[in-house]
This record gives sequence, structure tokens and C-alpha cells, in this order.
Amino acid sequence: MADRPLPALLRPLDALGAGAIGAVESLGRFGVFLAQALAAMVTPPFRVTALVDRVHYIGFRSLLIILLTGTFTGMVLGLQIYLTLSRFGSEAFLGPAVALSLIRELGPVLAALMVTGRAGSALTAELGIMRITEQIDALTVMALNPMRYLVAPSILAGILTFPLMTAMFDVVGILGGYVVGVELLGLSAGTYFGEMRTFVGTDDILLGLWKSLSFGVIVTWVCTYKGFHAGHGAEGVARATTQAVVLSSVLILVWDYFIGSVLP
Amino acid sequence: MIRVEGLTKSFPGNAVLRDLDLEVPTGSITIVIGRSGGGKSVLLRHLIGLLRPDRGRVLVDGVDITRLRGEPLDRVRRRYGVVFQGGALFDSMSCADNVAFPLREKLRLPRAEVARRVETAIVQVGLEGIGAKYPAEVSGGMRKRVAIARALVTEPQIVFFDEPTTGLDPVLVNTIHGLILDLHRRLGFTAVMVSHEIPEIFGIADRVAMLHEGRIAAVGPPGEIQESQDRVVRQFIRGEPDPVAEGRA
Repeated sequence: MADRPLPALLRPLDALGAGAIGAVESLGRFGVFLAQALAAMVTPPFRVTALVDRVHYIGFRSLLIILLTGTFTGMVLGLQIYLTLSRFGSEAFLGPAVALSLIRELGPVLAALMVTGRAGSALTAELGIMRITEQIDALTVMALNPMRYLVAPSILAGILTFPLMTAMFDVVGILGGYVVGVELLGLSAGTYFGEMRTFVGTDDILLGLWKSLSFGVIVTWVCTYKGFHAGHGAEGVARATTQAVVLSSVLILVWDYFIGSVLP
Repeated sequence: MIRVEGLTKSFPGNAVLRDLDLEVPTGSITIVIGRSGGGKSVLLRHLIGLLRPDRGRVLVDGVDITRLRGEPLDRVRRRYGVVFQGGALFDSMSCADNVAFPLREKLRLPRAEVARRVETAIVQVGLEGIGAKYPAEVSGGMRKRVAIARALVTEPQIVFFDEPTTGLDPVLVNTIHGLILDLHRRLGFTAVMVSHEIPEIFGIADRVAMLHEGRIAAVGPPGEIQESQDRVVRQFIRGEPDPVAEGRA
């Protein structure tokens, strides 16, 4: 029996319901995708060469942008925090203020956003092109699991490289703050680093580590998912890439608040 | 033997396959012809297990692959070779590595054996000397031939060709068809090809099936199809304009 057309009054509700069902289905697909990737990650055969390639692609090739943005973030922090602290005569706390801002918050978040822009977008575009040129289908019909070859190495590389890149971002950021605070504004080096040792604890470093680890999973998961399910043609790949970058960036900030409010 | 029974597939607002039946005898070259956008590639994607039908079955030597997932489906696929429309070569690998890939990853052969088989496959498709080049550095015809070499290097029992000559000049079309026929004689695989290269395909097919409006409108040996009095078949083979479509335009 054919469906009767809905009364005009109910159509917005129908559209709302369809949208909600679509959103739940998408979330389900998103979760299944991660579960399949994790399963491929922990079951042999392991693709060590692919992992090394992805570590190079996501990590090593993002190094320059991480060092550059880390240095200038630290310099800006050094300048602004110094100017604020000098109003209260507390310039001595510049070192710990810069270090805590970077280690707890800015390092993991900004490093993740930078890698999303550089490597995440490229990851989505690469997989999207493989999808529309049937390279992913070719793997499937060879009875080779594309999750094992294309997705699992990227997510594992994200887990390995994001904490390392965040650590580098933190280190060059602290040195950037040193250049401004000590070399340009005249604070003593002993005060800058000495107070840092007093105020920065293991909890702060662990918080940064957990954040960067989870951002590594989020960015590579979102970007590979979007590329893997890219639509048709160049437009489909372009849309997938934009969505991947926007969604990754939003999720980084949302998750940052969540994890920051739960962990000490 | 591949047997398709009552295959039905719809996409939103578009019924592509409607209760389609088809038989592909073992060892034959069966070519599916039909208009562009008529569902030939959708049919092929069902045969290789990349799409699941709304209804119907695809039996490969008696096994319904539409019900299989995971390892059991992969077991059937290990008997397959597939030549995709655009070649689907991995653009991050050289042509030789593309051909070697299924030998290394699918069959896990020793390095020396891989090198020997790749060399043989590249010679068979007449591409000596291009192994080190990347797919982006060779012509469309060469890419198709590399794709054929990759599909056949594992000596599959069943090979699917999705419009292997689309976009090539007439000389290359005949070269590729000759190559497929020659390899088929030597290796004896069952071939299913989707094409609209009329009349060239009549020279290589054992059976031709005409797909029209989601069903097989006619199937038989090439001579029988060429002599068919069916209006749809005659119109397609002779390339006559479709009066209905003309009226719409």
C-alpha cells in the first residue's frame, strides 16, 4: 500500500524525525568505523611499514609548523603575561605561568589544531581520492582489509605522534617565553626556570599527555572517516576535507573542556 | 558458473536493477552491454560483492555471496581478479609495485617469485620497461594494461572487467580486446565484462547480454544478438537515437 502524504502541519516534525534518525545513524557508523580500525590495529598481520610511513606523514612533516607556531605562541604568552604580572609586581611568576598555560592547555590544543590543518586535511583528501578512483574498492576485492592498510596505521600514528609533537610545542613555547621574558624584558633566567620547577607538577604534564593522546585519536579518526566516506567527484572530496577539518577542530575544543574538567 | 537470480536494487528515487536473471558459464567471456547509466556497473559491483541487493541472489559455484561477510566473502574474492573502469591503480606505487602488490599481500609469495611473476605479467601486457614509472606518468592505455596485469597476475579463476576500454582510441580498444582474448585463451578464466564498445565486443565474446531497464532484455552468442529482431537490441547495436528520449529533448 502506498504511503499517504502527510498533512502539512506534520511535515516539519517528519523532517525533524528524519534528521534525528540520520544523525543517530551517522554516529553509529562513526563508532563502528573506529571499532573496525581498532580491531585491525590489534590483530595480525601488523603493517609496520605503513605505520612508519604514517608517522612520517602525520608527525615528521608537521614538525616545522609545530616548531614555528610553538615558538611564537610562547613569545606572545611571555609578552602578555609579563605585562599583566608587572601590574602586580609578580613578574617572577612568568616562567610557571607560561609553562602551565602551554603544558596544560595551549600546547595540546594548538598542536592538535595545527596538525589537523596540515596533516588531517591531507589525510582526508588522500583517502577521498582513493575512494573516488576505486582504489579502496580495489583493496576490498583483493580480499585485503582497507581498514588494516589505510585507517589503522593512521590512527596508531596519531596516538604516537600527537604527544611527541605537543611536547615539542611545549618546549619551544617555553623557550619562546624565555627569549621575550629574559632576553628582551630583563627577567633573570634563574627566576624564569626556578619558579617553573616549583609550580609545574606531574599532574600538569599528565593532563597534557592525556589530552594530546585523545586529540591524536579524534583527529585521525574523524579525518580518515570523512575521507573513507567521501562523496562523488572532486566536490565530494573537497566537502569531506572541509567537514573533517571543521569537525576535528570543534571536537578538539569540546573534548578539551570535558577532559580538563574531569582530570585534575 | 555464476548465476544471478532475481537481482533487484534501488537507490533513492531510482530502481536500477529489477528482478534481473543472468547465467555466466564457467570459462566463457560474457559481455554485458547496455546504455550508459543503465546499471551495468551496479550489476558488476553486486557480482564482486561491493553492493548488496535489495532482493535476489548471486551464486558463485552454488554459493550465495550476497549472504556472505568477512572471511567467507574474502575466500570467494581470492578467486577474483577485477579491472576497474579507471584502472584503480595505487598512485603511491610504481606500475611494477602495483602488479606485485596482490602477490605480496594476497598470496604472500617470496620476493624472487614475485619479481619473476611481475616480469612475466608486464611482458604479457606488452609494457616492458615501464615498471618503474608511476601510474600518473603513463598514458591511459598503459594504465589499463597495468590494471589488467595486476588483475591477472594472481591467476584468478574469475575476472571482471568494468569498461576496460572506455576513453581509448579505436586502435587501443582493439589492442586491449586482443590482449584480453589472448590471456583468456592462455589462462582459461571465466570473464564478465561490462562494455559498450559496439561492434568490437562481438569479436571476443562467447555470450552477450543486453541490459535494459534493469533486466536482461536479450542474451546469447554474439551472432544471435547481432541478428536479433528485438527493437531495443537492434536500436542499441545500430546506435539509433531513442525516439522517446528525442521526444523529451
